[in-house]
This record gives sequence, structure tokens and C-alpha cells, in this order.
Amino acid sequence: MKSLLKMTWMEAKLFMREPVSAFFTLVFPLIYLFLFGIISGNEPTPQFGGQRTIDASIPGLTAVIICITGLMAINMTMSTYREKGVLRRLRTTPVSPLVVLVAQVIVVFVMTALGMLLLVAVGTLIYHVRFEGNAFSVLGGFVLSSLSFFALGFILASTMPTARSAWIVGMVLMYPMMFLSGAFFTVEIMPAAIRKVSALMPLTYVVNLLRGLWNGEPWGAHLLDVGVLAVMLVVGIIVSAKTFRWE
Amino acid sequence: MDSIVKVEGLRKVYGSTIAVDEVSFEVGECEIFGMVGPNGAGKTTTIECLEGLRKPDAGKVLVMGVDPQHESQILRERTGIQLQQSNLPDRMKVWEALDLYASFYPKSADWKELLSQLGLEEKRNAPFSKLSGGQKQRLFVALALLPDPQLVFLDELTTGLDPQARHAIWELVRDVRAKGKTVILTTHFMEEAERLCDRVAILDHGRIVALDTPAALIHNLKAEERVIFNLDGGLSAALEKALSGAGRVEVQGQQVTVHGKNGRKVPLVSEVVSLLTQDGVPFHDLRTEQPNLEDVFLSLTGREMRE
Repeated sequence: MKSLLKMTWMEAKLFMREPVSAFFTLVFPLIYLFLFGIISGNEPTPQFGGQRTIDASIPGLTAVIICITGLMAINMTMSTYREKGVLRRLRTTPVSPLVVLVAQVIVVFVMTALGMLLLVAVGTLIYHVRFEGNAFSVLGGFVLSSLSFFALGFILASTMPTARSAWIVGMVLMYPMMFLSGAFFTVEIMPAAIRKVSALMPLTYVVNLLRGLWNGEPWGAHLLDVGVLAVMLVVGIIVSAKTFRWE
Repeated sequence: MDSIVKVEGLRKVYGSTIAVDEVSFEVGECEIFGMVGPNGAGKTTTIECLEGLRKPDAGKVLVMGVDPQHESQILRERTGIQLQQSNLPDRMKVWEALDLYASFYPKSADWKELLSQLGLEEKRNAPFSKLSGGQKQRLFVALALLPDPQLVFLDELTTGLDPQARHAIWELVRDVRAKGKTVILTTHFMEEAERLCDRVAILDHGRIVALDTPAALIHNLKAEERVIFNLDGGLSAALEKALSGAGRVEVQGQQVTVHGKNGRKVPLVSEVVSLLTQDGVPFHDLRTEQPNLEDVFLSLTGREMRE
């Protein structure tokens, strides 16, 4: 327990010292929030069922953060630790691999939540964003989405041969997902072909789930999203446990 | 002497390369045991099998009475390991690394003390990536000593260190042994093995080719001892003839070297000095060279380059 606490605190400090990951988790989504605010103004849009773009952008940008922390933060930290021999050094101590993984999950989860909190705070203060859902529901959807994307990051980190290839594959997955999942733009206005591609992307289910819960829709309306993400999480845990390598 | 490590018929194969073959040895408690050998001789593979980091293909390994493959947890808590290759996160500070690793052990040594023993106090707040090679090495030695271990593995412990740091670490290793602990190390430096180790195993092509105390290894080599001196006027034919009675004579400009055989009745140096004095020729810078572990090493493993 003592080692888990120390390890978590250490990883948190390292996360904040890494300017790139702190920027993408905390600052980058805010920049987009301001952009949406400037471009779309405060007028309701028919695409969002009478909601303003800015209202719909908070769950969308939260999905972006989740995608970045899972595919970049977790993936890069773990694959670099493995490649550089940081895990190898840890392996010579009594510490369990679980402590390493759990500390990583806690830190990245807290940072992801912090990113969302900043969005909500700034959105409320500046744009008076409307929230019609249940806070606990949204939190639940957020936890499920985050963990299933972290699982994806762990799979990448342990199956790619080098940190560089893990990074490239992470990028290749991340960019199309961010643009085609509806996180930034609604998919509904896009051609049918793109909507089909969009349905193959895990992030689409995060966007749908979070946006629905944010608008106060019941969980029952999002069984498909929950199912997809839950399967991803379970498969992710099994695969990462099976493929975990110290070196 | 109770043995803390027992290895019998250890064998490890990587693909078609036999890294370690039929290696057997024992290490006693309170001993500093060294492994030397050319690159690729199997030193690191052997030490990593003892640490439980690699699984032997054949043979028996017992470390502190347990099999490192099956009861690794016990060993992790009671051994200190310095790996040949490993790293810490770039932005982790020296004190943070020690503080974090200390939390992994049930009873850890005082890391602040280790920090000063290894001369890292000034670097306390430096991030890992800003440390020099030698400072990183010292930090890893500190991490290895952190569990206050019964048995310490040091793989290439002074590679990349300057002479000051090397001597400081030798002192530290002797201190560790004086506290009743056992040290197993690998090194490239014959001087280090000779001065530090109680016993040395010389490995080549995955096998132990010699294993004994450094003194016995040198003695068994029956190597030549050498007397070297300078003559301003050059060597006269008469003197050269007289000297060659003592041993093989080699002349290089003003410098004369006499190679004598081991196990003589009269020490080579007395014989040479008395011949020079009889001749009355002025000589200077006379010194003797004893065969050392490096001679033993080269005679056993050959002189051709490896890898």
C-alpha cells in the first residue's frame, strides 16, 4: 500500500513535469472550447436538437481528452518505460506489476477528470453551458469510457515492439477517431459512408454515451455504447494481463 | 563456509547460440565473488539466472536456499541488484528515486546515508536525465544497496566511472562485505577483480575456464616476471650475454627488459641488479613487473578481439 501511494504520487509529479501530456490533457481541450465559442456563438443549432454547439461540445471534448490520455499518455509512458528499462529496474524489486499499472491508471484518470472539470468550469463560467443530465450518470459514463480507453493504451504498449511503433500506431488510431467519431463535429451531417466508418470507431461510442448522459437521456437509450465499451474494457484487461512484459 | 549460492550445470541457450554451458560454482557467505570474461562470455546471462530474471534451460540454481524461478519474491526482498542496463524516468529526481524504491522493501536502509556515501548529495534534486554516466551508475549502486540486502549483485559496477568514483565504490563494496554480506559482481577491469574479489571465475564462450583466488590464478599461470631498466650508453655484448643467463633479454632503444621464469631460487631482480653492478654500467629507472590477473586472463581467453 505504501509503495502504491508513493508510486502514484511519483507518477503524478512526472505527468505534470511532462509538458506535452499536461498540455494535451488540460490546455488543448480548452482551446477548442474557446474556438467553438467564438465560431458558433450562442445560437441553438438544429443538429444538436436545439442545443447550442457549445453545450454539445463539452461531452465531445471530454471524449477527445479520454482518447488522448488512453492512446497517448498511457501508451507512451508504458512503452517508453519498457523500452528504456525502467520496468526492468522495477522488476528487480518486490513491487508487483499491478502496483505499476494501478498507479498509472489512477494518475491518468485523475488528470483526465481534471481536464473535464476544467472544461465544465470554464464552459459554465464563460458560456453558461446548460447541463440537463444527472451528474452521477455522467461520472459513471466517464469512468467506463476512460477505463476502456486506458485498456486500449495498455494493449498497444504491450503488443508493439518499440515505443516508436506504439506511438505511431497510437497516432494513426487517434486522429481519424477524433475527427470521425463526432467528438468535434456531428457525424449526422456527414455522408453515409463516413457514418459507417464512424461506427467502427470506439471513440464514437464514448461520444454518444457521454453526450446522451449529458443531455439527461437514460442509460437504457445507450445500451449499445455501454456494451461496446464494457467489452473493450474486459478484453483490454485480459489482453494486457496476458501480454504484460517487464522488458 | 556455508554457501549462499549454488550453481550446477547451468545452461542457457538463445536461439542457436549457447550463452552459458555447464557452469557450476558456489559462492560462500561473506565472499566477494567476481566473474570476468570477454564480451559475450556469458557473465550477464549467468548473473541474471541467479537473479531470477532469466530462466535457465538446464541446471540447478539455488540462491539463499531457494530457486530464483519459483520463489523470486523472497529474493527480491533480500537481494540488491544493479543491472548492466536499466533506466529511470528522465524527470525523476535522485532523491525521489531513492525514496520511491525504499518504499518497496519491508526494511530498507537509510537512503540519505547512501546518498552521502556515494557522493550524490549535491545531485539530490537533479533529474535522472541530467546525471553523468558515473552519477547514474552510483545511483544504481545506491538502489542496489537500498534493501539492506544479504546478497548484492553488481553487473559491471564501475563501467563508465572515473578513478576516484571507482575507488570509492570499491571501498563501499568492501564495507558491504564487512557487514557480513555477500557480493557477486562482473567486471571488465582485471585490476578491479584482482583487488576486490576473494575469488574470481574467468568465463569464456559460456564456460568457466578458471576459478580461484586471484593470487592462486596468477601463481598457477607460471608467468614470467619482468625487470625493466634504462641504459644511457646502450647494452654491451658482454653484458647482454651475462643477462641472458638470467632470462630472455629484449632491447628497445635505451630500454632493456629481462623476462625471467617464475619459481626461481634467486629473485630475478637481485640477479639483474648484481650483474649490472658488477659491470659498473650506469642504469636508471629500474622496476619489476609481476604477472597479474590480466596476464592470466589473456593467456586463458586469447588475444583476439571479440564481437
